[in-house]
Amino acid sequence: MADKVLMKGNEAIAEAAIIAGCRHYFGYPITPQTEVAAYMAKKMPKIGGCFLQAESEIAAINMVYGVSSTGKRVMTSSSSPGISLKGEGLSYLAGSDLPALVVNVQRGGPGLGGIQPSQSDYFQATRGGGHGDYHMIVLAPASVQEMAELTVKGFDLADKYRMTSMILADGTMGQMMEPVSLDFDINPQPEKPWATTGTKMEREHNIVNSLSLVPEELEMLNMKRYERYKVIEENEAMYEEYMVDDADIVIAAFGIAARVSKNAVNEARKQGIKVGLIRPITLWPFPKAPFEKAAETAKAFISVELSMGQMIEDVKLATNCKRPVTLCNRVGGMIPSPEQVLKAIIDVNNGGVK
Amino acid sequence: MSTKQFLFSGFGGQGILFAGKFLAYKGLIEDKQVSWLPSYGPEMRGGTASCSVIISDEPVGSPIVSNPDMLIAMNLPSLDKYENAVVPGGVIFADSTLIERKVNRDDVTVYYIPATRLASENGTPTLANMIIIGKVLKVLGDFSEDAVRAALGKVISAKHADMLEVNLKAMQLGADYE
Amino acid sequence: MAVVFDKPHALIDVPLHYCPGCTHGIIHRLVAEVIDELGIEGRTIGVAPVGCSVMAYNYFNCDMIEAAHGRAPAVATGVKRADPENNVVFTYQGDGDLASIGMAETVHAAARNENITVIFINNAIYGMTGGQMAPTSLPGQVTQTSPYGRDPKHCGYPIKVCEMLSELEGPEYLERVTVNSVKNIRTAKKAIKKAFQNQLDGKGFSLIEVISSCPTNWGMTPQAALKWIDEKMIPYYPLGVYKDRSAEKEAE
Repeated sequence: MADKVLMKGNEAIAEAAIIAGCRHYFGYPITPQTEVAAYMAKKMPKIGGCFLQAESEIAAINMVYGVSSTGKRVMTSSSSPGISLKGEGLSYLAGSDLPALVVNVQRGGPGLGGIQPSQSDYFQATRGGGHGDYHMIVLAPASVQEMAELTVKGFDLADKYRMTSMILADGTMGQMMEPVSLDFDINPQPEKPWATTGTKMEREHNIVNSLSLVPEELEMLNMKRYERYKVIEENEAMYEEYMVDDADIVIAAFGIAARVSKNAVNEARKQGIKVGLIRPITLWPFPKAPFEKAAETAKAFISVELSMGQMIEDVKLATNCKRPVTLCNRVGGMIPSPEQVLKAIIDVNNGGVK
Repeated sequence: MSTKQFLFSGFGGQGILFAGKFLAYKGLIEDKQVSWLPSYGPEMRGGTASCSVIISDEPVGSPIVSNPDMLIAMNLPSLDKYENAVVPGGVIFADSTLIERKVNRDDVTVYYIPATRLASENGTPTLANMIIIGKVLKVLGDFSEDAVRAALGKVISAKHADMLEVNLKAMQLGADYE
Repeated sequence: MAVVFDKPHALIDVPLHYCPGCTHGIIHRLVAEVIDELGIEGRTIGVAPVGCSVMAYNYFNCDMIEAAHGRAPAVATGVKRADPENNVVFTYQGDGDLASIGMAETVHAAARNENITVIFINNAIYGMTGGQMAPTSLPGQVTQTSPYGRDPKHCGYPIKVCEMLSELEGPEYLERVTVNSVKNIRTAKKAIKKAFQNQLDGKGFSLIEVISSCPTNWGMTPQAALKWIDEKMIPYYPLGVYKDRSAEKEAE
C-alpha cells in the first residue's frame, strides 16, 4: 500500500478539497479544526489558490458566498461555536441556491463549551442551522479516509443540487491520523450558467439573491427547493450496515460513535447476542430505508451518540416507533466506551431497559 | 499479533506524539491497519500529552485506547493515571529517571528505562522518547534497522534528514538497555 | 438630432422604488455613468446591501449579488478573489449596513486594502425600516427610535467613517461627497470614477461616502432636505478627500 499516507482527518479534508478543485478557502481559527486552515495557508499560495483568514466566522462564510456566486468551488471550516456564527450565511446560501462546502469539526457545547469531541450539533446540521425552510446535505465521516472521500463527494453534491454540503465530523475525526489513499476519480464540474462572472455584454445580467418580497413567489421558490430535496432524499442517502441481517438489536451510530459501537458489536456477538449496526453516512438525507427494513425483524434499537439524544429522533421516525429505541450516550466532550455500549446491548437484550 | 493497543503519555514537549506517530508509520509501512489519536488543546502546552496508537491486522474500530496492551509512561502523573488501565498481562514502559516509584501491579510486565538520563548522557536530551521506543520495539521482537529507518524517514522531514541517524542511535540505546 | 442626455447603459430602464426626492437615484446614475465611461459593465459585479437600496440588483445592468445585512464587503472580497484580474467589484451600502451591523467587514476590507470599490450612502437614518436612528444620526436628531433627539450620553456619538478609516494604513482612497447641488454632483462623479479607476489600476480599497437625503424619514420636502444637508450634515461630516495614498506618495 505504497500510495497510502498517514494524515490527520483535518488535513485529509484540506488535501481532498484541493484535489476536488477547490482553490478558495476562508476561515477563522478555532480548536479542533485549525489544521484545515493551516494546511490551506501553506498549500494555496503554491497552487495559485487563495487562503484568507477572515476577521470572523461571519465574514468567512460571506466570502464563501462571494466566491460561490462566481461559480467556483469554495469552502470554509469551523467548529461548533463558529458554525453558529455561520448560521446566517448558511441560510443565505440556501436562499440563493449557492453550492458550498462547510466543515464542522464538532466540540462540546452549548455556548463556548469545551474543545473535546461531540456530536451535539446534529439538530443544527440536519435541520439547516439558520432561519427559514432549508436543508444542507450532511455527511458524517467515520474514518480519515472518509474525511477525504466525503469532502470530494460533498463538492460534487453541492454543485449538482446547488446547495451547501456540510461535513459533520468531531474532534476525534479531525485530530486522528489514519492511512489515507488520495487516489480519487474526480468528476468534471458542472456548468454554472447562473454564476455572476460578468455579463461580458453577451447576456442579460445574472442576479444571485435570496430576497423575494412577493409571498406567492417566495412560496413557489420554497416548494421548488423542496422538490429538489425530495430527489436528494430518494437518491443520495448513504449508510453502512454491519451484521444487521439477523440482528435482534440494531445500533444506530455515526462518526466516532459508530467506531466505538463496532467494537461493542463484535464483543456482543462473541457473547452470542445478535446485534448489528447501521451507520448513517448521510445524516441529511437520513437513510430511512435500512431502519424501516430492520424494524420488521429486530426487536430493539439503540442510538449511540455524543449528544443528549438528537439522532434518536430520526431513528424513531425512520422506524415509525415500531420498536423501542434507547439512548446510549456521553456528552460534553466525553466519548462512550465500547464497554458502555456493550452494557447497553446486554441491558436491552435482557429486557432490562425500556 | 492481531491487534495491539498502545498508550503514550507524558509531559508536553517530551515527544509523546512524535513517538506514537513513528510507531503508527512503522505499522503502515508494514501493511498493518493503524490509527493515531492525540490528546489536543491547552493541555499540549506543557501539561499532560498523550496519544493512542492501534496497530492491527483488522480494520481498526474505536481509535481510543482506554485499556492499552502497552503503556509508555514518561512521567509520574501518567503512570498514576493509566497504570490500572493496562490489560492484565500487558506491558508498562516507565521512564525511571522521572518516575521514582515502582509499578504496583503484579499482573503486568514492567520495564524501567532511565530514558531521560540516557538521553542526556548521549548528548541528545530531547530523545528520551525514542530511547523508550527502541525498547518497545525490542520487546515486541520487532527491531529491524531497515523498517526503523523507513519509518523514521516518514516522520522526520527532509529538512532535518541529519536527525535520522541520531534518532536511530537513540533507539538502539534503548533497545540495548537491560 | 444629437442626443445630449440619455440613460446610461449600465442602468436598466425600469421605475426605481425610491421615495420622491431621495438621492439614491442620482447616485445610481453616477455609478452607472462611470461604469459606461470606463467600459467595464461586462466584467463588473455589484453587491447590494440590506437597506433602502436592497433592490439595486434590479437596477444595474451588470451582474449583481444581494448580500446579507452588512456583509457586502466580505462577499465582495470573495468575488474579487475569485478572479482578481477580470472582476471589477463594487458594493453599494447604506449607513446601517456599512457602519453598524457590517462595521467589522468594512474595517477589515479596508485594512486589507481589498481591491474593491465601496459606495457608502450616508443619510443619517434607517430608511427602509421607517426612520430609526442610524450609527450616523446626528446628536439631537429625532428619529423613531430617538424620539426625544439622539442623546449621545445615552446612545453614543455618530461614527465618522471616512475619518475613522483614514487612520488605517490599508485603504487607498477615502472621500466624502454629496449630491445636493449640480456642483456637488459633479465632484461626486469624479470621486466615484476615481474609486473605480483605482480598482482597475490595482491600487486597492476605495470608499466614497455620499451624504444623502431622506426627505420621507427626515420629514421634509425634498428641497428642505437638500438644504438640511448643507446646514446640518456637512458641518458634522465635512466634505473632502480623507485619504489618497497614491497622491501622498507622489507628494513625498
